[in-house]
Amino acid sequence: MVQQRHAGLKKFTVLTGVAAPLPMVNVDTDMIIPKQFLKTIQRSGLGRNLFHDMRYDHNEKERPEFILNQGIYRQAAILVTGDNFGCGSSREHAPWAILDFGIRCLVAPSYADIFFNNCLKNGILPLLLPQEHVNTLMEAAECGGARATMTVDLERQEVRVSHHRIISFAVDPFHKYCLMEGIEDIGLTMKKAHKITAYEEVQCHTRPWL
Amino acid sequence: MAIPLTLFDKIWHSHLVDVQEDGTCLIYIDRHLVHEVTSPQAFEGLRLAGRRVRRPAWTLAVADHNVPTTDWSNSIADDESRLQVETLARNCNDFDIEFLHVNDVRQGVVHVVGPEQGFTLPGTTIVCGDSHTSTHGAFGALAFGIGTSEVEHVLATQTLLQKPAKNMRVRVDGMLRPCVTAKDIVLAIVGRLGTAGGTGHVIEYDGQAIRNLSMEERMTVCNMSIEAGARAGVIAPDDKTFTYLAGLPRAPRGAAWEKALAYWQTLRTDVQARFDSTVTLQAADLVPQVTWGTSPEDVVPITGHVPDPTLATESSKRRAMLRSLAYMGLTPGTPMTDIRIDRVFIGSCTNGRIEDLRKAAAVVRHRVVAPWVDAMVVPGSGLVKAQAEAEGLDRIFREAGFSWRKPGCSMCLAMNADRLSPGQRCASTSNRNFEGRQGREGRTHLMSPLMAAAAAITGYLTDVRSL
Repeated sequence: MVQQRHAGLKKFTVLTGVAAPLPMVNVDTDMIIPKQFLKTIQRSGLGRNLFHDMRYDHNEKERPEFILNQGIYRQAAILVTGDNFGCGSSREHAPWAILDFGIRCLVAPSYADIFFNNCLKNGILPLLLPQEHVNTLMEAAECGGARATMTVDLERQEVRVSHHRIISFAVDPFHKYCLMEGIEDIGLTMKKAHKITAYEEVQCHTRPWL
Repeated sequence: MAIPLTLFDKIWHSHLVDVQEDGTCLIYIDRHLVHEVTSPQAFEGLRLAGRRVRRPAWTLAVADHNVPTTDWSNSIADDESRLQVETLARNCNDFDIEFLHVNDVRQGVVHVVGPEQGFTLPGTTIVCGDSHTSTHGAFGALAFGIGTSEVEHVLATQTLLQKPAKNMRVRVDGMLRPCVTAKDIVLAIVGRLGTAGGTGHVIEYDGQAIRNLSMEERMTVCNMSIEAGARAGVIAPDDKTFTYLAGLPRAPRGAAWEKALAYWQTLRTDVQARFDSTVTLQAADLVPQVTWGTSPEDVVPITGHVPDPTLATESSKRRAMLRSLAYMGLTPGTPMTDIRIDRVFIGSCTNGRIEDLRKAAAVVRHRVVAPWVDAMVVPGSGLVKAQAEAEGLDRIFREAGFSWRKPGCSMCLAMNADRLSPGQRCASTSNRNFEGRQGREGRTHLMSPLMAAAAAITGYLTDVRSL
C-alpha cells in the first residue's frame, strides 16, 4: 500500500511533451483548484477540475477558449506562465491537480514560495527562467503543432525546443537530486533522528517552558 | 563582537537541527496547528508508512475551514464536509492529538484559537497547513504556512527542510488618524509591495504605529504578510505581548514564566542588523483602504477612484487590470464610494476577533443595515462569540439586521454554505479578493471591520469617517 501513497513521486529525468501557454501573472491557487474540490480526503482525481472556473462554464461544459480545452494542449505536460504563479492559499491540492492532469513541469519567471515547495514534494519541476526565456518558450507554446513540443532535461539542465533552440537553466542541487531520484524527504529526515533527539534534549534545558 | 542579527535570524538560528552542505536547513518546529482540509492526506501518509506523530502534545487540531456557521452540534449536512471533519476527529484520536470539537467553546478559526490558548508563544516556530499562519508572527514567533506533504513531514519528524529567508523591514512611522486601523496599514503595505513583493522574505514590522497596535491588531497586520508574498511576518514581542499572554491556558506559569519572560525580552533585532530591504510608510498619510480588483495588491484609498488600466506601464499588468475590471464589473474612474454592495462579511482570521467586533458594533449601534444588503458576523472562535454575547454585541448586530453566526472560516473562502452568488458584491473583512474566492463570480472588496460596518449601513462602499 505504500506504493499508492508515493505513486505520484515519479522520478523526473527527461520530460518531452506539449507545452501549454498561460500568459497570466499572479495565477492564484484558488484559480488552479477552487475550494469546492478541497473537500476530498485523497490526493488523486483533481486533474479534471484543474483551473475549473476558467475551464468550464456554469453548466460544467468546456469553455472552448481556454487553452487546456484545445487540441494538443489537452495533453499538455508543461505549462508556461507568468510571474508569481501559485500565490495565495497553501493548498497542496493545486500541485496535485496539476500533476493529475498530466503536467509535470512549470515554466515561469517566479513562483509563490509555498506553492514552489509543494511542487517539489510532488515530483513537479517548477522551472525558473528569466522573463526573456519564458517569452521565447511562451511563443513556441503558442505556435502549437510541433513547435509546442519541448524537452526538459533536468540532468543537463536545459530545455530543448523543437527547432533546435536550447535554453539552459539553473536549479538548486538538492531539489535536482530529490526530483531525479524521486526522493521522499521524510525518509531522508528520519535518518537524522539522532540529531532531532539531540536538539530536543538541549531545548528541554534551554527553553523548558515550551 | 557577535554579528548583529534580526529577530528572524535569532529565531532561525535557535531552531537549526542540521545544515546540509548545499545550505538546506533542517529546522525544529515547536508548534503545529492542524485543520480538517489540509491534513487528511498527511495522516494517511503516516499510516501507510507506519509512522507515528513525533510530538502530539505540541500539535493542536481544530475544524474550521468547512464547518457550517449555523448550528452543527448534531451533524454537518454536507456529506463531504462531514467526512472531512470526522476524519480529523478520527485521526486526532488515533494519533493522540488534542482536537477542539464542535461542542468545545474553544473551537474556531485556527489562527484565532492558537493565540487565545497561549499555544502561540514568542520565539517559537509555528506551522500550519494554511497560508495565514503568518498571523502568529504578531507574538514574535516565526510562523508560516506549509503544504500537506510538509504537514506530514512535521507530524512525523517535528522538523522541516527549509532554506533561510531574506530579511525585509517594513516601518510604519507616526500615529494613525482616527478610523484608520491595522487593516488599513496592511492593505496599504500590500498595495505598496505588490503581491510578490515579499517573496522569499520574512517581513519585520516596526515603527511607532506598529508598536501602538494592540496584539489583536498586530495579528491583523501579520496575517496578511502572505498577501505580499512574504513567507512570514514578525513583530518583536514587548510588554503588550507579555501582558496578553499572562494567564492564557497554555502559557507558562510561575518559575517557567519568569524564565520564558527573560528569554522573550531578548527577542529583538539588534541595532546594527542588516535588512535586505526596507520600506517605510507614514501612518498619518493613511486613510481607510479598500480593494477594487481581484488581487490583494489592488488597493486604493476609499477617497479614490477605480483605476484606469491604460495608465499601467507594463502590458502584463494592464491585461491583469482589464481582466479584474471585467470580473468586478467596474468602470475606470468611478468613485469608490459609488460602488453599491449586496453582502457584508465580518469575520475571518484577519478580522474575526473581539476588538474587531467591538469596532464594527460601535459603527452599527443605533443604525440599520441597508434594505438590499445581506450582512453577517462570524466570530473567530467560540470564545470570541461568548465574549461578544457577554458584552451585548450580538444584540447590536442583530437589531441592526446582521445575521449572528457560529465560528469558522465561513465566507472568507466559502467552503461551507456561506458564499456569494454570481455577480454579488461583498464588503469583506477577510484577506483575499481572488476570482471566485467568496463564491463563483462573486466580487469581493477587502476592508477593515469599521469600513465593512459602514458599508452595511449605507449599502455602498463608504468612508466610515463620513458617517
